[in-house]
Amino acid sequence: MTERLRQTARRLLEEGKVQVVIGYGAAGHPALITKAEDAQKLEWNDHCLANLSVYLTRKEVKALGKAAIVAKGCDERALVVLEKESQIDRAALYVIGMACDGLGAPKCASCQVHLPRFADEVIGEVAPPAAAPTGPNGFDRLMAKSAAERWAFWKDEFERCVKCYACRQVCPLCYCERCIADKNRPVVIDTSATPKGNFAWHITRAFHLAARCVGCGECTRACPAGIPLALLNQALAQATEAHFGYRPGMDPQAEPVFGAWSPADREDFIG
Amino acid sequence: MSEANAMSEPRPVSFEPKIIAFVCNWCTYLGADLAGTNRLEYPPNVRIIRLPCTGRIDFNLIVKAFEIGADAVLVSGCHPGDCHYTAGNFHARRRWMLFRSLLETLGIETERIHFTWISAAEGKKFQQVIGEITEQARAMGPYAAYQGMCAGPAPSPAVEAAK
Repeated sequence: MTERLRQTARRLLEEGKVQVVIGYGAAGHPALITKAEDAQKLEWNDHCLANLSVYLTRKEVKALGKAAIVAKGCDERALVVLEKESQIDRAALYVIGMACDGLGAPKCASCQVHLPRFADEVIGEVAPPAAAPTGPNGFDRLMAKSAAERWAFWKDEFERCVKCYACRQVCPLCYCERCIADKNRPVVIDTSATPKGNFAWHITRAFHLAARCVGCGECTRACPAGIPLALLNQALAQATEAHFGYRPGMDPQAEPVFGAWSPADREDFIG
Repeated sequence: MSEANAMSEPRPVSFEPKIIAFVCNWCTYLGADLAGTNRLEYPPNVRIIRLPCTGRIDFNLIVKAFEIGADAVLVSGCHPGDCHYTAGNFHARRRWMLFRSLLETLGIETERIHFTWISAAEGKKFQQVIGEITEQARAMGPYAAYQGMCAGPAPSPAVEAAK
């Protein structure tokens, strides 16, 4: 697969179809390949966990010209949402899809998209997916606790947050040029890494991704303090699916949940 | 949890809950106004904050309210179909549906957050709602969990001694 990936990248660059290939380099680190002879630097292995679509909205990468991107099935969901939110021009982007039956990371255990569906080219094949793992996952175990226990759990977890904002930087859908956390007139979120500021930040981060998060799990993986941030996104993803039958990034035709409404929406919680 | 806290911690002798109401300019605010002009009495525990529309009520405002010591929050606007901006309250409703599930996951006491539709003609309903919320908040006691978390750790004895 690695060889075919390199060949494709070389071909695209030589033909001038794209000016940059966003892929994985040594040790699975992101690599921006701009010259055909550098295509052999591309790698495909179990370390290729990063969701590279985060780079597509970066000014510096956009400045390099037309891009090709190496995307797994899970990453591709982010591309679908980015296109829906008018952040990328899909027609101008070449997607090199990688068939992937899991790279052994915790986030791969619950993955449901092993084969890219909308890629311009798919490299490799995957065996038909094994039955989804049954039994309670981390989220189910959290929700089985009482509200007071959940509060204590998060208080404990957020205690370690140092507000490095890695969760924001690594998220393909946190593309705002100016984040609400950086606004200081007025200060919406307490900027210090105190419990108060951390709760406000993590509530905001999770909710700004509500009905948008594609569940790539990069926030959890990037967190230097090991906070299971994806659990918050899972809560919202589950509610989104339960109430609206909507799974972000799965169906490009589906209407996004926010920005639309229905008179039939549930309102049993409103007095 | 609040029950347990209320049991274990000495409650102030006469606890008066602080309630923040985020209301829309066109319906609930006028409903409150009507309650006033009709001389309908309601508990003074509520601080009303007027915003253009429920669609404008950012979830950060609710978080902020708890940060600065609210014991309960009310979000109220026009009935579905009555929105001055046609669909602001429909958008808000979707948002709150998901926001509640996030708060539940975090273990935040969602019983302290209330949503209602109150029209400009429902001064009576405004009085009732505020009365009910105040009674409930009083029974639940202060939101010690959130307020304690925001206060941060107590200063260490060494720092105190240095003073």
